[in-house]
Amino acid sequence: MNEVDVLVIGAGPAGMAAATSAQESGARVAMVDDNWSAGGQIWRGIHDSCTRIPAGVRTLWGTQVVARGTSEHTLLLEDSKQAVEVAFDKLILATGARELYLPFPGWTLPGVMGAGGLQALVKSGLGIHGKSVVIAGSGPLLLAVAAYLRKAGARIKLIAEQATTKAVSSFAFHMVRYPQKMRQAAALKLSLHGVPYLRSCWVEATEGEGRLRSVRLRQGRKSWTEDCDYAGIGYGLYPNSELACLLGCRLRANAIEVNEWQRTSVDGVFAAGECTGIGGVDLSLLEGAIAGYAACGDTGRASRLFGKRSHAKRFAGALGRAFRLREELRTLPRPETIICRCEDVLYEKLQQMSSFRAAKLHTRCGMGPCQARICGVATAFLFGWRTDSVRPPILPARAASLAIRKEFQREADLKVLP
Amino acid sequence: MPENVTIEVNGSQLPVAAGMSVATALFQAGEFRFRVSATGQPRAALCGMGICFECRVTIDGQANCRSCQILVRDGMVICTS
Repeated sequence: MNEVDVLVIGAGPAGMAAATSAQESGARVAMVDDNWSAGGQIWRGIHDSCTRIPAGVRTLWGTQVVARGTSEHTLLLEDSKQAVEVAFDKLILATGARELYLPFPGWTLPGVMGAGGLQALVKSGLGIHGKSVVIAGSGPLLLAVAAYLRKAGARIKLIAEQATTKAVSSFAFHMVRYPQKMRQAAALKLSLHGVPYLRSCWVEATEGEGRLRSVRLRQGRKSWTEDCDYAGIGYGLYPNSELACLLGCRLRANAIEVNEWQRTSVDGVFAAGECTGIGGVDLSLLEGAIAGYAACGDTGRASRLFGKRSHAKRFAGALGRAFRLREELRTLPRPETIICRCEDVLYEKLQQMSSFRAAKLHTRCGMGPCQARICGVATAFLFGWRTDSVRPPILPARAASLAIRKEFQREADLKVLP
Repeated sequence: MPENVTIEVNGSQLPVAAGMSVATALFQAGEFRFRVSATGQPRAALCGMGICFECRVTIDGQANCRSCQILVRDGMVICTS
């Protein structure tokens, strides 16, 4: 059995900070991530001091958490070849966030991606030079993605932000208190010179045969079509809380609830970063560091960061308020629009359902490989549904991986009984 | 110049830059149908970060691999559906 003092799930900014501070406090630390290197989504592909792993920290790349392990304080992990149980004394969840996608006619067309999703592919080497791209959705990430793609040679036709000009301006006003973010924003503005940044504007539909050819936009009464090769559309970020739910951690407003020490409602389990609420990289780093110290009982060093964390948190509050999603986005799906992309469940089928549970039972909505990570969030927005409890395995896993856990062997035995 | 590797996509040899994800390599090769959905529609990568499972392809005989989470390897055999 592999055993560590502190097991960190996720190697983005929060996870890296947590591993670093736990290591500093003398703990034996291991860090798990389903990507192939450190940095998470924001530092993907960056190789510098940000993504340097502190010496002595064990890392498991390309590895996902599948379920609880056989005994308390263990988790079952799987990589492309094998499964392993890791025992820990303290667990730090730094599972980050995913993009929030809202369904509209044509959102399943190849070439329509998340804004962050498109950026991830370009970071991985997708040639975007000379390609025309529409960026849409909501939040400051749209500007960062557009600037990144433009630098890589893309022709950014426009950025469609669903929030109002007033909301965006009030957010900009809040940024005055954060000089570093102001400098970043100024740099973004400069690099996006000449690119239309349309407010109160969104993608209504996309068109194309087998791949994206154009998007139809709406701004007030005006509706028009823009040809493009790729569209990056994301409506902000949503905390990854599945593992926390599996472990029984309480959530608050879709994020993992933590106290001042970044401790969750479950003994020995801490959480930090975007999975505890969307707040940006600065907040993630501070929360991660606090979680790492606190997990090792180093309350002195942890509490010294409380002031900085409060400051960073106020920024998070302004972010959430400014980019609240508008009602019109609920009216985009047509009866024949697919809502659950894994099982191809149509909007008209879901309209007849009273809850997410009913939808699962009657239509298979949310029963596919993504385990409702996409449609659960979409239907929460469209219908106000709450997704069901999380069940193991939290991601599709190989039967052989599950078989190393005794309870699953028993369950499997039961299932083959006549 | 980045180092090149050769992968096989649906029977054709394809030189690509090392360090790319399989999803990126497929788009780069003009392949916009990674898989066929439950009702027969073409699908390709959406989230680029291993969450949505839209980018599933068969790699070296193993079905349902998330192509956005796997880097190309020399001699890798990829089948879209």
